[in-house]
Amino acid sequence: MTTRTHSPRTTPPIASELTPTSGGRRAPQGLHQRAWAFAFGESVRPAWMEKPSRPLAIAKTFVIVAITLSIIVPMLVVVSTSLASGEQIQEAGGYVLFPTDPTLEAYKTIFASPLVFRSLGVSIFVTLVGTLMALFVTICMAYALSRPVLGGKFMLMAIILTLFFSPGLIPMFLMIKQLGLLNSIWSLILPGVFAGFNFIVMRSFFMGIPPELMEAARIDGASDFRILRTIVLPLSKAVIAVIGLFYAVGFWNAFFNAMLYINDQTLWPIQMILRSYVIQGTSLTADQLGVQQSPPPQSIKMAVVVVALAPIVLVYPFLQKYFSKGVITGAIKG
Amino acid sequence: MLVLMIPGALALLLFFYVPILGNVIAFQDYQPYYTIAEAPFVGFEKFAALVADDRFGLALRNTLIYAAFQLVLFFPLPIMLALIVDSMMSQRLRKAFQSIVYLPHFLSWVLVIALFQQMLGGAGLINQAMVQNGMDPIPFMTNSDTFALLIVAEVAWKDAGWGMIIFLAALASIDQSLYESAASDGAGRFRRTWHITLPGMRPVIVLLLILNLGSILTVGFEQFILQRDAVGADTAEVLDTYSYYTGVIGGDWSMGAAAGLAKGVVGTILILIANKIAHLLGEDGIYRGRPQ
Repeated sequence: MTTRTHSPRTTPPIASELTPTSGGRRAPQGLHQRAWAFAFGESVRPAWMEKPSRPLAIAKTFVIVAITLSIIVPMLVVVSTSLASGEQIQEAGGYVLFPTDPTLEAYKTIFASPLVFRSLGVSIFVTLVGTLMALFVTICMAYALSRPVLGGKFMLMAIILTLFFSPGLIPMFLMIKQLGLLNSIWSLILPGVFAGFNFIVMRSFFMGIPPELMEAARIDGASDFRILRTIVLPLSKAVIAVIGLFYAVGFWNAFFNAMLYINDQTLWPIQMILRSYVIQGTSLTADQLGVQQSPPPQSIKMAVVVVALAPIVLVYPFLQKYFSKGVITGAIKG
Repeated sequence: MLVLMIPGALALLLFFYVPILGNVIAFQDYQPYYTIAEAPFVGFEKFAALVADDRFGLALRNTLIYAAFQLVLFFPLPIMLALIVDSMMSQRLRKAFQSIVYLPHFLSWVLVIALFQQMLGGAGLINQAMVQNGMDPIPFMTNSDTFALLIVAEVAWKDAGWGMIIFLAALASIDQSLYESAASDGAGRFRRTWHITLPGMRPVIVLLLILNLGSILTVGFEQFILQRDAVGADTAEVLDTYSYYTGVIGGDWSMGAAAGLAKGVVGTILILIANKIAHLLGEDGIYRGRPQ
């Protein structure tokens, strides 16, 4: 993600071959260096940098491995346990690292449960509709304010203030109530359709588009909408994708709005189910599950966790892809 | 052009500026059967009641304690993590490590706490292993004495990686030739970090400290409300949860709003003070990157 230029990296390859010292770990000698280079890519230690001392290298490796495991292992255990059979979970005492006899029973059970199934529907609806609306609102605003426009400065200030203040929970609740949105799925969508941070990232991207392109189109008689649609949007696919994913993750994860504004269980998003079933340990009754015979609750719990986790992990590589384009860091630095 | 601004302006108005005006109920004795215009005006009575309320004092004290823990224990973590990543020489390893540590930022608090519970909870993986090896289980998740540490651990797990991005950007903008000349003058690894890297990161560190000070009264609503059952209402009560339980649950809307408003005003004053201090120290502070 960082595009720093160590001086040796900018040296043409031929020069570095002529002066083998300039590459540090380059030009691997033994087998294990070659294996290292193959597995982890080329090392780019600049020539002037000494190799770390052994204790330091060991300490660093230990920290890196420990952090990695602390993130991966919990997710792995949850997935494994959700797939394990009842007997194995019981034998292991609650959690399973490697399911010996993987089964999808737990998933069948929760997808057959009206409560969980509906909550997934709610979450998917909120995420899809919310993201589309948010992108529309944010793109329009960001494009308008990326050009010199009457009242633009005022509007920009009004948006920047939202980054530092919040209206507070009680007034927000009363507003939603006043709008008649309590116990409505729209209370999960509408308050989230405009996020100041996402706006700023998008606007700074739009401002990077050469104005000549738009001026030329304007002289040819194109309207603002047309310029936005035919010139700006096609050039901004990356930023739209990343902001869209940001909004989508936000909508999928939202729990607080649902807790505040939604009493009706049939309108609960998946995060609320996760809370009441996994964190608070309220058991889903046979009625809610819609079946009588069920696998042990542990694997069902874990399956609920996986269902909430999976979409994020699945879209994550796409998010990740765009970090490397520096969309986000560029805006933060600016 | 102006038409394009309408949807966004409407959203701002409905879900930011009008609710901000709604804070006026903090000065009223508001009840749901009134409209805001009808509610009787009581001046600062609700604020006086807040000061007299033990529960509010508890929430304030807890908030400050948790914020202090986060500031001292969490704030340095992303910086250290950035230094570690910056020192990773293999590009492929570095990318992979970054991918992994950013991931938890995108998980919801509900998920993070569910995962912590599965690992550290009374019947969680670690206690399961300890019991099987003949040790007594440790109640990580329900011990109110160590709750502050648990909070920091959760925040660290979720956001230390993500917080690192801004420091990595700062590191990347440091002139690499400084390192080279320092190294050829005989400065070792730690002296280079101390004399080049940290000064190079200073503006960003100061900026983030200011932002953190400004939000010292906001310690994370979801995290506390989700763990309230496990650790007890007294331990998990912070200003935001106080607002929620007094207003939405308890029905004293004006009092809840007063707590929220007091928090917002004090937070703003804190930001302004911290920013002033940054200016006095010769840093750019928060006004850097003024909108063009």
